[in-house]
Amino acid sequence: MSNAAIDTGLRRRFARLPLLQRISLVVIVIYAIVVVFGPLLAPYGETETVGSAYEPSSVDFLLGTDNLGRDMLSRIIYGARNTIGLALAISVLSFVVGVSTGLWAAISGGVVDQLLSRAVDVIIAIPKLIFALLILSIAGTSSISLVLTVALLDAPRMFRVSRAAAGNILVMDFIEVARLRNESRVWILFHDVLPNIASVILTELGLRFSYVFLFISALGFLGLGIQPPSADWGTMVRENAALISFGLMTPIIPAVAIGLLTMSVNFLIDSASDRGSELDD
Amino acid sequence: MTDLVPMMIWRLVLGVLTLVAVSVVIFLSVQMLPGDAAEAILGQNVTPDTLEALRRSMNLDVPAGVRYFAWVGNLLQGDLGTSLASNRPVVDLLRERLPNTIFLAAVAACVATPLSIVLGLVCALYRNRYVDRALNAVALGASSVPDFFIAYVLIIVFAVTWMVFPPLSSIMPGMSLPTRLYQTVLPALTLTLATTAYMMRMTRASVVSVLSTAYVEMAHLKGLPKARVVWRHALPNAIAPIANVVALTLAYLVSGVVVIETLFVYPGLGQLLVDSVSKRDIPVIQVVCMLFASFYVLLNMAADLISTISNPRMRHRRNP
Repeated sequence: MSNAAIDTGLRRRFARLPLLQRISLVVIVIYAIVVVFGPLLAPYGETETVGSAYEPSSVDFLLGTDNLGRDMLSRIIYGARNTIGLALAISVLSFVVGVSTGLWAAISGGVVDQLLSRAVDVIIAIPKLIFALLILSIAGTSSISLVLTVALLDAPRMFRVSRAAAGNILVMDFIEVARLRNESRVWILFHDVLPNIASVILTELGLRFSYVFLFISALGFLGLGIQPPSADWGTMVRENAALISFGLMTPIIPAVAIGLLTMSVNFLIDSASDRGSELDD
Repeated sequence: MTDLVPMMIWRLVLGVLTLVAVSVVIFLSVQMLPGDAAEAILGQNVTPDTLEALRRSMNLDVPAGVRYFAWVGNLLQGDLGTSLASNRPVVDLLRERLPNTIFLAAVAACVATPLSIVLGLVCALYRNRYVDRALNAVALGASSVPDFFIAYVLIIVFAVTWMVFPPLSSIMPGMSLPTRLYQTVLPALTLTLATTAYMMRMTRASVVSVLSTAYVEMAHLKGLPKARVVWRHALPNAIAPIANVVALTLAYLVSGVVVIETLFVYPGLGQLLVDSVSKRDIPVIQVVCMLFASFYVLLNMAADLISTISNPRMRHRRNP
């Protein structure tokens, strides 16, 4: 019974979304399915050479084959897991680091706040792509250094957003009351601050995800993404780039896969932030 | 106006401090990472003797602090070091590449800025009508796709199907301006589309927020003609945020050119950086990074200054 009630509630909420947002949500769900069930869906292996190079689309290879004769469709499906997984790992790490330091700065104030904020000013003053190229060229492009580098470069945005949002809440009367009641900082943080800034920072997390996703695609395109032979959408664009002058669509396919996801995430967030709390009723 | 000068000086000092901090970060990130420049250049299979020799020739045996000041000192005197890959002075490489990048970014900026301000104004004035919704959806879509996607679509349309523009930009020294422009059309168009999408949305947002203030409503209620309300009352207050956005977008161009130059094989700084990264040519990487970062810091500083100067309330703020 209760399951059915939740189900109709979700369905009503879904039906209330504008058409564009409904499509976006469906697209995101499809991506999620591909990420989770990837190996079951892919007709061939991730790194398996199954035909000759650059075969056009056919019954055997729906999207053709790539520069090494690997099935494009299978590479796209495996790439979903690698690229989206990497972007998720980075944005979650950046979220955790950024929000915790942001809240720490907001609630401590004084020297801690000054030090953290000035450090963040410096990191933000360096163009990210340039800095990432610098670090990755030296640290190498293992997945771990990729995650750490991009998360470090991205966390300052999360820091600023959560610090500002928490700052707005910390001047409210109920915080004053909680302080007078002698509640601990941690209690205030978890009980009063976090629930009030949750929607702001979660929206930002969504934005950060699509930004990070585009960012690592660009890195992949520049040859600093997940290293071959693992399938990575940005890297796949680069690998097949030579085909573009012949008017073949192969390099466009992973680019479409990237664009479709970020577009869906952005459309969804755009409507959520426009409607504000209306969505949370 | 008396408040303005010390404040501008203060901003300049802050900017210089940021640049110093950035140079420290760029220098240290090369130092603190596992291994050192010598190992990075020579790779895994190397004898300890060769490694030691290269370290000595790169002065890696001197303490990092000393090397930092030597590096900055040399930079300030115009000695940018020598490329490890080509053995040419970095200054020469920059002299070839920098004008090309500035040309590309300037063409993109000159088209994108007026275009996006006009489109943003149109959206704000006709907000929630079809024009606004359509432009907004297109802009959000365009800013969501990777730059290389836009570039490839343009290549497919203009270079492969219609064959009006070259798919790769071959810029030679001594080219005439029209040929140069012709070769630059596609990369510049890509950058224009990518930045216009963002600038237009921000322009719209700032104009909309001014249009919804009480004093603009008052102006409407007084019966002033719409054009006068927009040009005389609303726009002056929207200039600061718009100028801010323009400067920030130009700053975005700094990293945008890296991908676009690589894609179109456009001989600029961005391509030089990517090439040097794949060759682990650390002296070049450091200098080019420093150059890009300086542009970025300067543009951010300009954005800050413009928004302060154009806002009387901030101009006469009485605090340190």
